[in-house]
Amino acid sequence: MMGAAWLLRRLVASIAIIFAVVTFVFLLIHVAPGKPCGGQIETADPVVCDQLNRQFGLDQSIPDQYWRYLAALAHGNLGYSFSLRRPVADAIVETVPFTLQLAGAALLLDFLLGLGLGIYQAGRVNRLPDVIIGNVTLFIYSLPTFWLALLLLLIFGEKLRWFPVGGASDPVLCPVVDSLYCAGDRLWHLVLPAATLGLVGAAGTARFQRAAMLDVATQDYVRTARAKGVPERRVVLRHQLRNALLSFITRFGLAFPFLLTGAVLIETIFAWPGMGRLAFEAILTRDYSLVTATALVASTVVVGGNLLADILLGLADPRLRVRAAADVEALTA
Amino acid sequence: MTLGTWLALCIALVAAAELVRALRHRAIRQERWRRFFRHRTTSWGLGILAFLIIVALAAPLIAPFDPNRQLDIVRLTNQAPSWTFLFGTDVLSRDVWSRTVYGARVSLGIGALGALLAVSLGTLVGALAGYYQRWVDAVLMRGVDVGLALPRIFILLMAVALWDGLPFAALVLAIGLTSWFGTSRLVRAEVLSLRQRDFVVAARALGAGSGRIIFRHVLPNAAAPIIVSAALGVGNVLLLEASLSFLGIGIKPPDPTWGNMIADNASSIYTAPWSTLFPGLAISLVVMSLNAVADGVRDALDPREEGA
Amino acid sequence: MTVPASVLLRVSGLKTYFVTEQGKGTARAVDDVSFDLYPGETLGIVGESGCGKTVTSLSILRLVPEPPGHILPGSLIEFEGRNLLALPAPELRAVRGNQIAMIFQEPMTSLNPVFTVGDQIAEAAIIHQHLSRSAARARAIEMLQLVGIPDPDECVDHYPHQLSGGMRQRVMIAMALVCHPKVLIADEPTTALDVTIQAQILELLDRLQSELGMAVLLITHDLGVVAGHADRVVVMYAGRVVETAPTDALFERPTHPYTEGLLAAVPRIDAPRTRLHAIPGQVPAATAWPTGCRFHPRCPYAWEKCAAEEPPLLETGTAGHTARCWLVTEPERRVATR
Repeated sequence: MMGAAWLLRRLVASIAIIFAVVTFVFLLIHVAPGKPCGGQIETADPVVCDQLNRQFGLDQSIPDQYWRYLAALAHGNLGYSFSLRRPVADAIVETVPFTLQLAGAALLLDFLLGLGLGIYQAGRVNRLPDVIIGNVTLFIYSLPTFWLALLLLLIFGEKLRWFPVGGASDPVLCPVVDSLYCAGDRLWHLVLPAATLGLVGAAGTARFQRAAMLDVATQDYVRTARAKGVPERRVVLRHQLRNALLSFITRFGLAFPFLLTGAVLIETIFAWPGMGRLAFEAILTRDYSLVTATALVASTVVVGGNLLADILLGLADPRLRVRAAADVEALTA
Repeated sequence: MTLGTWLALCIALVAAAELVRALRHRAIRQERWRRFFRHRTTSWGLGILAFLIIVALAAPLIAPFDPNRQLDIVRLTNQAPSWTFLFGTDVLSRDVWSRTVYGARVSLGIGALGALLAVSLGTLVGALAGYYQRWVDAVLMRGVDVGLALPRIFILLMAVALWDGLPFAALVLAIGLTSWFGTSRLVRAEVLSLRQRDFVVAARALGAGSGRIIFRHVLPNAAAPIIVSAALGVGNVLLLEASLSFLGIGIKPPDPTWGNMIADNASSIYTAPWSTLFPGLAISLVVMSLNAVADGVRDALDPREEGA
Repeated sequence: MTVPASVLLRVSGLKTYFVTEQGKGTARAVDDVSFDLYPGETLGIVGESGCGKTVTSLSILRLVPEPPGHILPGSLIEFEGRNLLALPAPELRAVRGNQIAMIFQEPMTSLNPVFTVGDQIAEAAIIHQHLSRSAARARAIEMLQLVGIPDPDECVDHYPHQLSGGMRQRVMIAMALVCHPKVLIADEPTTALDVTIQAQILELLDRLQSELGMAVLLITHDLGVVAGHADRVVVMYAGRVVETAPTDALFERPTHPYTEGLLAAVPRIDAPRTRLHAIPGQVPAATAWPTGCRFHPRCPYAWEKCAAEEPPLLETGTAGHTARCWLVTEPERRVATR
């Protein structure tokens, strides 16, 4: 099942999907009303507008623009951002470390807390700790992320003053992370936004993992392990968990789109200079190249995440990893 | 709050509780309904949903003030909750309670309609792909793959921001059309496994056409993932609409939705937290109830529990 | 009552009940079951689905899920002088897989899909005999050879899904026997397999039994299996033992009407072809066993006493042959009334 051929097919399919997404986004933004007028929405003078449009090639037909875009893409040129007046690639690259930090921290919190809670709950099914945690996770999972963000800001940022209320770093002392102090400063700014994303994610993961563990617990092979005299702890951690993790890996692939969606809101509220906020503002200013480029990156992340999850699953689950057919024939009953 | 509105509110509460109780009574005879009501949270969820739907429908009776009316911009802004203003007033001196009640109409309406569109589309595509297989399946599922890879928030942001504030119907359409991909995968998987079953072969042997087989035989047995998708879908659409309204590109003020209420009052969250607290709680409550009900449906229709 | 030194495993007054939902009552799946198992013998437990034989076997190693099931106090399971039901957890674990082992009906779902066959066999050796990983692996290969798997050094690294049904069951047997247990509980070991494979597995069990000198508790609904491979038979119905006998005696002189019915239901190749004989009626629900003799609603010979009073296990006169039926004391009543 797994193997070079499969991987190749998946890669080709992935590229096709990304291509389709970029095309769709490109068409959508060009079909929408409101020309950016060269990026200066306030410019009222039609002559200047025309000039700018011609300068950026916006007066040509959509198919023409499309081919030109693809050609540029093939050369690694992501275009020029009207609103920021710099190459798109630069603008995006600048936001990458911030987005990675936020997403990474959120994912870490999500998985560690979520898995831990889910496993803990499954070990005490329907008893008080399970019921309490279950209701709390249900509540947090149902919260709108932006509302939780505002709440955390209110409590920890404003009332208790434990954490800053926005930004990624102290603009005066640490415009770049060039010392341990500045790294700490960045972390300090990261706590609230990452916690917001991470908590909601963890609640979902905990619910999911609890269900997966319970599902595995009723399987026959768990009973067999007990019948062999395997200590209970080993039954749970080795026999049950290994199998429950398989479904967890599948879910892992879904984490990426979630992060992207949540990132836009969180980055806006916390003024975190990541790619989500960049994309949002690009859409508002109708900065075509920037929008298309961010869509490209976003869909690559999603598709890449799914591919990664599938590869991991293939490695972890022997039923996918090892071919069964030929061997069954070889071995007689 | 006037006496009349208090009365209406109490009636709504009682009506919702009675509805759930009556349902439990009637349903307790059937095995599946018993499983549905097994956990208390499901009943609570159902009750809360019923209550909120009644409140939304009877909004004019339960809200004492016009939701868009600025009562007294000089003296009545950001008032704390009181007997007159149950949820306080907001930054423009509007009654938060009335706005929350009317906001329920929009939010729940978009949620229900958007989810209906998404689930219908997803079920249709999934059923066709699962039943006909071969190239129909291949083509449809490639489309679904692209759909799943689309950063949904991007597309919605674009659709809504570019057209500068869509009317209610267009917003529902936009959300619905971008939310059906997951459901189609689930339904396809279910249909794939069901179509091998004997009752499908029997139906075909009796000469039933494909359409009839799909709609009358296969889909009713695939009800579990469809219903669960629908319940969760309403919650997702609701959160999506709230997010869009919060960003200022969904339903525009002054018409209240829970999302734009939070946005309007975000600046006064430190001085007057109630104007953002209550709409946020309302959203959480609805999504929580929907999740609880979805859990119940999953338990009720779980094939492993049948005939235990 | 003291246990004779020769009895290996004694089950006495075992009661395992299950709590059902919504107050449908308690399901008394195993309701006062007693039997003895002697070293080296094969004891067959026979009955239809729902008679409690599987729950009985699970109760011995306390594998019944605790809610909703529970074993009532007063039940006794004695193994080598110790009451298994009173053992603290660590000691019970030392018995499981080591002194008493169990194999189950569905080999595919009973083997963990993510570990190799060798790992799963070796696990028992590592836990109970404290072998090193390499020594345990060698033992696993030995066991695979013992159960008749070709190319054991290759097979040891295979996963369950790569093997056929018969092979998996052999692996299960290897896994159970790696510590040379004194008792093997086999819960319907061949029900999920093809008929030809069934015969092979049963022959394998016979061979291993004589080689390793262990006792086997063979649970099955198939009388043919019992006839060919069991020394003594226990017939269960409605959560109770209704007849116990050496195999030959059971087949030649079935005493309890239920046993009679079971035997009559087996079609014979040398008899004239008539309609299949079936025991009328259905097995009652475990939440509502009939009063008096539990079989009386379906019994062709029943009379008033059967509905009123439940018979105890009565000696039939032949050695080791008991039956729970009033016909033992009143044999003249053995006239078909329906």
